[in-house]
Amino acid sequence: MNYFVIVDVTLREGIADPEGATIERALPALGFSGVSDVKAGKSFRMSIDAESEEAALAKASALAERLLSNPVIEDAAARLGEKASS
Amino acid sequence: MSTPESLHRALGLSDDEFGDIKNVLGREPNHLELALYGVMWSEHCSYKSSRLHLRRLPTTGPHVLVGPGENAGVIDAGDGIAVAIRIESHNHPSAIEPYQGAATGVGGILRDIFTMGARPLAVMDPLFFGELSDARQRWLVEGVVSGISGYGNSVGVPTIGGELTFDDCYAANPLVNVLCVGALPKERLVLGIASGVGNFAVLLGSRTGRDGIGGVSVLASAGFSGEDGATSIDDAKRPSVQVGDPYEEKRLIEACLALLDDGLVLGIQDLGGAGLVCATSETAARGAVGMDVDVTAVPQREPNMVPYEIMTSESQERMLAIIAPENLDAVSALCAKWEVRASVVGRVVEPVLDDEGNAVGMLRIRNGFDGEILANVPAKSLADEAPLYDRPRERPSTLDAVLADDPTLDEPEGSANDDLLDLLVDPAWVYRQYDSQLFLNTVVGPGRDAALLRLAGPGLPHSTRGIALSTDSNPRWCALDPRVGTALSVAEGVANLACVGAKAKAVVNCLNFGNPEHPSVMWQLSESIDGMAEACLALDLPVIGGNVSLYNESGGSDIDPTPVIGLLGVVDELVAPPPGWGWGEGDAIVLVGVRRALGVQPFPLGGSRWATKRGRRGGVISSFDAGSLRPTLDFVTEEIAVICAGGESDVTAVHDVSGGGIAGALGEMVAATSRGVVVMDLEHHGELFSEFPGRFIMATSNLDAFLTRAQASGVAVTTLGICEGDRLRVGSSIDLPVERIVVKRRDALEDALEVLG
Amino acid sequence: MNRVGVVVFPGSNCEYDAVLAMETLGTTAELVWHSVTDLSGYDGIILPGGFAHGDYLRPGALARFSPVMDAVRSFANDGGPVLGICNGFQVLTEAGLLPGALQKNIGLTFLCQPTTLVVTSQRSVLTSGAQIDQELVVPINHFSGSYTCDDETYQGLRDNDQIVLRYKSNPNGSRDDIAGIANERGNVVGLMPHPERAMSTLLGSADGRVLLESFVAAHVAA
Repeated sequence: MNYFVIVDVTLREGIADPEGATIERALPALGFSGVSDVKAGKSFRMSIDAESEEAALAKASALAERLLSNPVIEDAAARLGEKASS
Repeated sequence: MSTPESLHRALGLSDDEFGDIKNVLGREPNHLELALYGVMWSEHCSYKSSRLHLRRLPTTGPHVLVGPGENAGVIDAGDGIAVAIRIESHNHPSAIEPYQGAATGVGGILRDIFTMGARPLAVMDPLFFGELSDARQRWLVEGVVSGISGYGNSVGVPTIGGELTFDDCYAANPLVNVLCVGALPKERLVLGIASGVGNFAVLLGSRTGRDGIGGVSVLASAGFSGEDGATSIDDAKRPSVQVGDPYEEKRLIEACLALLDDGLVLGIQDLGGAGLVCATSETAARGAVGMDVDVTAVPQREPNMVPYEIMTSESQERMLAIIAPENLDAVSALCAKWEVRASVVGRVVEPVLDDEGNAVGMLRIRNGFDGEILANVPAKSLADEAPLYDRPRERPSTLDAVLADDPTLDEPEGSANDDLLDLLVDPAWVYRQYDSQLFLNTVVGPGRDAALLRLAGPGLPHSTRGIALSTDSNPRWCALDPRVGTALSVAEGVANLACVGAKAKAVVNCLNFGNPEHPSVMWQLSESIDGMAEACLALDLPVIGGNVSLYNESGGSDIDPTPVIGLLGVVDELVAPPPGWGWGEGDAIVLVGVRRALGVQPFPLGGSRWATKRGRRGGVISSFDAGSLRPTLDFVTEEIAVICAGGESDVTAVHDVSGGGIAGALGEMVAATSRGVVVMDLEHHGELFSEFPGRFIMATSNLDAFLTRAQASGVAVTTLGICEGDRLRVGSSIDLPVERIVVKRRDALEDALEVLG
Repeated sequence: MNRVGVVVFPGSNCEYDAVLAMETLGTTAELVWHSVTDLSGYDGIILPGGFAHGDYLRPGALARFSPVMDAVRSFANDGGPVLGICNGFQVLTEAGLLPGALQKNIGLTFLCQPTTLVVTSQRSVLTSGAQIDQELVVPINHFSGSYTCDDETYQGLRDNDQIVLRYKSNPNGSRDDIAGIANERGNVVGLMPHPERAMSTLLGSADGRVLLESFVAAHVAA
């Protein structure tokens, strides 16, 4: 079966995130208040052939750990998603 | 379903042009053929409003190997090395998406250079924005600079200089011009020519998507459907901005240069404006042959693309190579190594004979090489025979009043100290974001009078020569007098080159103007070209290439005429760096060149930055003074060339006087060295801030020797003062502590950009 | 050192400069395409600067999987001198041949400018010929040069004298101003600054010479 999987990659807790910090600092000037703890990350989307949801997520997690994220500084989490309609 | 009559207008073709097409074909064009003419005969691709005037530029010289009309101009730089140079604009896309607009601008100019067989060695970026007090301008500046940085650094070509100009006339029309220079062994020069019946046209690089299909997309709204009955996608889904891929471009550069090194390529052409139809028709036209193009063979990024989309797509990072069929395997293998797609999309065919027995090379678009012919038009008529317009020109009636409103006659308010500080802006925030050192050639990098590079690089014969580059423009002068303003811009460029000891060899130009349907704009363009011609003839400079960007206007308001002049020079022997602005304690400071301008005013302030900052945009500029320019330029060039060649000299600093006048030049030199100077009284604020080119501030550790040499060369010298102390003093007009000058210059741009610390 | 291999990934661009620098020191250097799996003929390996694989995903993230990297790992394990410059340093950290990681510069812009480095350890093939506290002007040229590692790794680097170069004035936010580090044995070194760009006063500085001279003088570490 074919599953649509999303992998979110974020910086680990404690790792400097100048991008997130810069975005957060810029928000009040743009008229947004009450927004904090902004973190910048990456999102990967893919179609995975697998026998079950669990198998698809496991494959995605392995892929995320090996390539999509650098475990020294990043965390990765795989989840099932809905493909956006074209 | 609209008829071809109204369709041609929707494609931007006039009724006359439609008539021309019918005459050429001897019949009604079909929709695809109309679409091809629509893009090829557009202003952007055909230069129909400017070609008539561009013919007046001098283009030949003994060292010119390739003049205008090819992808890049090329000169013989000596030692078996040819240097290719081109400048282009990417103005309108950068206004919409500054990062990608600028990035794809860099990509495009690089392809023009390596299409000649030259490895791109350096890039320069003259940029023009509105005032930074507007947040949108700050957004544009950051985006454009990031885009040039992101693309240029990643593709592996250093950016070694440029310009940064802020003026309200660019607020809605930013200008992003990009210049590229490359070098190659002379015998490796290749031209974009298709030849040899039976040879293949191979499309290299990225897949083709729906990028940039702007005007031609009217075909969709006109109900035009693809040949297989499928309709194309709606407008909302078309990508309005092309996204550059510098990694693809890097691989493309390496693959193309390797193909050339191995002798596997007969001709090569980049795909830029109008994409595949332009590349195929141009190569066929140049070779006086025909070409069959199979649209089904073009690798596509999007599903269900129809022929007109495939032929006119402006997807980035693609080249067209003409090869002999027996080399296809070798070409494919080499491209595979670099992970560059290579697909045979065209075949060179015999020209056909017309009724009079003339050979006519036809461009035939086919559905498969042996399939249905979808379009059949003479390649030359697409590529070279767009109509020539002689649009009406008229000197603006308001100009006399503007010229009469001369700030030179003002009694200035405020202090010259404040005026000087206001002029000082260090562009380091910009050029620190650019790799300016790759290839280990950069002797003088960004931020100085001109850039100076060793003439060296992978695959080049050994040489100890150097090449120098400068881009110069002065829209304030050109708004007042486009002819003289452009001539003076050329002079300024040559002066910049003199500061690094280089003899100017060739000019390229990027002409950024407003709407050519305004007679005043056509007048400015025509005048500017005449001014450039006059200066180039007086200074023995061929114009070997150029670019025209028109329609830079918003809400009926045109930008100031902005001709950007790119200068290429050569230093015969480069083993030591030129002195730059580095005067030392005790050095004498002199003004080399005429003290007074030729013209109505000895120290004209019309068009000066000093005046513009005060909101005074009128006045008369100086005249172009060829008589005094040449000996002065030659003298300074020779003085510095001696140092570059490793000789002894008493000269310790040189800086040409231009933007900001003498005061501005002194301020910059003080800021760069943190050393104060004491200079005599000058003739009031006029002499402090007047900007006419042909003057240099120089410093020497042996004034007598210097004066003797200058006198022997017939060059005027005025002793100004001495380098000493920790203040900048000019008579009773200027008195500033060095520290204040250093800090102001250093922080001006970042402060204006409100860069968060 | 007689023969240096300079690895070229698609997207690398400082390889020619590295070869030139080696030749200036009288050492032969050759380009080694990233598909090569046998490095036995070389006395030293350089991973040069540039944008391997466009820096896509993360700088060095894809390059570490190139066939040549297994050979680089064996070469390093056998004690061979390996030098990673800028992108090369990033590849070495992604490949686990050096600890830690390189992140985006704290100012979030690319930086090309001269920096003053301070030599802080002689226990590496890059700094064996330099003096402790010696100051060298060497340019940086990167978007992601901010060195980071966890506390345990950092302590290890300190304890084993593996921090070989620090910035005198930190331009990018690197932990403890770290500009370059070595592995425990000292035969694998990575630095963000470009010593090959500091080999000539014609181009602004010749301070990189002492570093690259140390490298070419290196023998296989015991």
